[in-house]
Amino acid sequence: MSDLVIATRGLTKVFRRQAAVDGIDLAVPRGAVYGFLGPNGSGKTTTIRVLLGLAAATAGQIEVLGRPMPRDLRVVLPRVGALVEGPAFYPFLSGADNLRRLDSADRDAPRRTRDARVAAALDRVGLTNAAGKRVRAYSLGMKQRLGIAAALLGPRELLVLDEPTNGLDPQGTREVRHLVRSLAADGTTVFVSSHLLAEVEQICTHVGVMSAGRLVAQGPLDEFGSSGPPLVQVRTPDTARAAQVLRRLGLDTVSIRDGSVHGRLTAPAEALPGNGSRPDAQPDRPPDEQPDGRVEPEDVVAALVTEGVRVRGFAVERESLEDRFVALTGEGFEVVR
Amino acid sequence: MSAEPVTAVAQGRGGGLFRSELATLFRRWRTLAILAVLAGVPVMLGAAVRIFSAPHPGEGPPLLDRVTQNGLFIGVTALIVSIPLFVPLAIGVVAGDTVAGEAGLGTLRYLLLAPAGRTRLLLVKFGAAAVFCLAASMTVILAGAVVGAALFPIGPVTLLSGDTVGVGEAAVRALLVGLYVAVSMLGLSAIGLFVSTLTEIPVGAMAATVTLAVTSQILDGIPQLDRLHPWLFTHHWLSLGDLLRSPISWDSFGSNAILQAGYVAVFGALAWARFGGRDVLS
Repeated sequence: MSDLVIATRGLTKVFRRQAAVDGIDLAVPRGAVYGFLGPNGSGKTTTIRVLLGLAAATAGQIEVLGRPMPRDLRVVLPRVGALVEGPAFYPFLSGADNLRRLDSADRDAPRRTRDARVAAALDRVGLTNAAGKRVRAYSLGMKQRLGIAAALLGPRELLVLDEPTNGLDPQGTREVRHLVRSLAADGTTVFVSSHLLAEVEQICTHVGVMSAGRLVAQGPLDEFGSSGPPLVQVRTPDTARAAQVLRRLGLDTVSIRDGSVHGRLTAPAEALPGNGSRPDAQPDRPPDEQPDGRVEPEDVVAALVTEGVRVRGFAVERESLEDRFVALTGEGFEVVR
Repeated sequence: MSAEPVTAVAQGRGGGLFRSELATLFRRWRTLAILAVLAGVPVMLGAAVRIFSAPHPGEGPPLLDRVTQNGLFIGVTALIVSIPLFVPLAIGVVAGDTVAGEAGLGTLRYLLLAPAGRTRLLLVKFGAAAVFCLAASMTVILAGAVVGAALFPIGPVTLLSGDTVGVGEAAVRALLVGLYVAVSMLGLSAIGLFVSTLTEIPVGAMAATVTLAVTSQILDGIPQLDRLHPWLFTHHWLSLGDLLRSPISWDSFGSNAILQAGYVAVFGALAWARFGGRDVLS
């Protein structure tokens, strides 16, 4: 577990007999930007609370920065910057005074450099001009930035950011993305929970997907993207016959829409990272047509032509992270805000 | 726990959380408003006595008849009339807010992530509440002195024992009364701290704390419960007459201090037990 910044085994948190987090095995490698995804209520924030010692785990082991938590909380937390479930501040204090107060709560933070560190953190999130203003007068986006500044008060080895772009305008969102990239470039591991998949796709190197308290998939992002079986679209006047061919080839979810036939190529189960099950596996495919267990798009075209299906257009689409996410966590989740 | 911050400060490290707590508490408008209300009590009393006729001996609140002799005692009288409700109200607001207020704002999780340390945070919170007890009672005493000096003669004063003491001695007695009341409120502060760990709604904790203070005083007034009386944290609240005799009798001060220390120990331990292992989900 040594090269992992966050490692859990069987982490479980039960509230009144209901498991909010149900036996998850997180593995966040050092230097990663780890996107922690999941619908609202899937247990992301609870997991973060337990990881950081705010709540006690019902079962399981946790290591953060190679140390058991919450036992070594006192030495671990000063090296961790965190934004958990939105920013929270004293509305009657200025932004800078809020940061000073939080810094004073950290026994390891040197008092001599406090003002300089507060100023640097405010500068990093573009709040220098609002430093003396009471937080009561801050907009949601400014509070969010101040929350990120609080996480950057000291040198951190790990940043835990829970929905960091909440309430930010597109410009602020870009800045956060940029900030996360530059922190990661400095070697900081970033654990970012989000339901904005486009965000995660742009900044993350690793992804973990939560659904109903379980970690349904976890792994490097590039594996995620390519592991998703590609979709094919055939534009043809002979839709019925084309669909027949696609089905015979073992394509999944074949459908006819607007003069086109859509289908999903199937991929071997081991290509999927994590412990998710494959709902679209087709064990009853004819073995002679897929000796390696896989149908390539070009095989589809050849089969269509052999069958005399007239083809106007043929397209292959890689599944997006969003499609993958919905496949793993189910429909009905508000993916795009 | 106790040795660690000392070495930390020696190394130029350490947070200064207690100082930050005091600064946060006393920079709040709410705190200042409470102190202003308390300072208003002697102003009200002094104005009433000055505008209308001087009270006859034995009339009105204790010592009110002596106010006209020595303005310094206006603070003592104001404090005595404030003890049953105003002072516990002020303490209830501050002590009830200690943990629940942070939880309500959401800042509790960030303090714990800093990490402030749960035990350290409780100690800091109780320490700040204790400082506020002293600030509250001294505000009344000092505002009384200012009002008294402005409206009444400052001169020798007759104590409850019949002895007459000079201005300096009377001032010391008034400050002792303030100290006595501050000590009296430590038990209530500890109760408020404990109640504050039970909820995320500060107003609920404040109301519960004040309710307990009033309930305890009502119980103290029911003769049938006299075996319970010495154990009530409000039992000695008004026994500060001993400090206004010559020579000073320290008996009630001592027994009050012991009783308050007991409440601080019990409710401090309860607060620690409750908060130490609690899930912070606010």
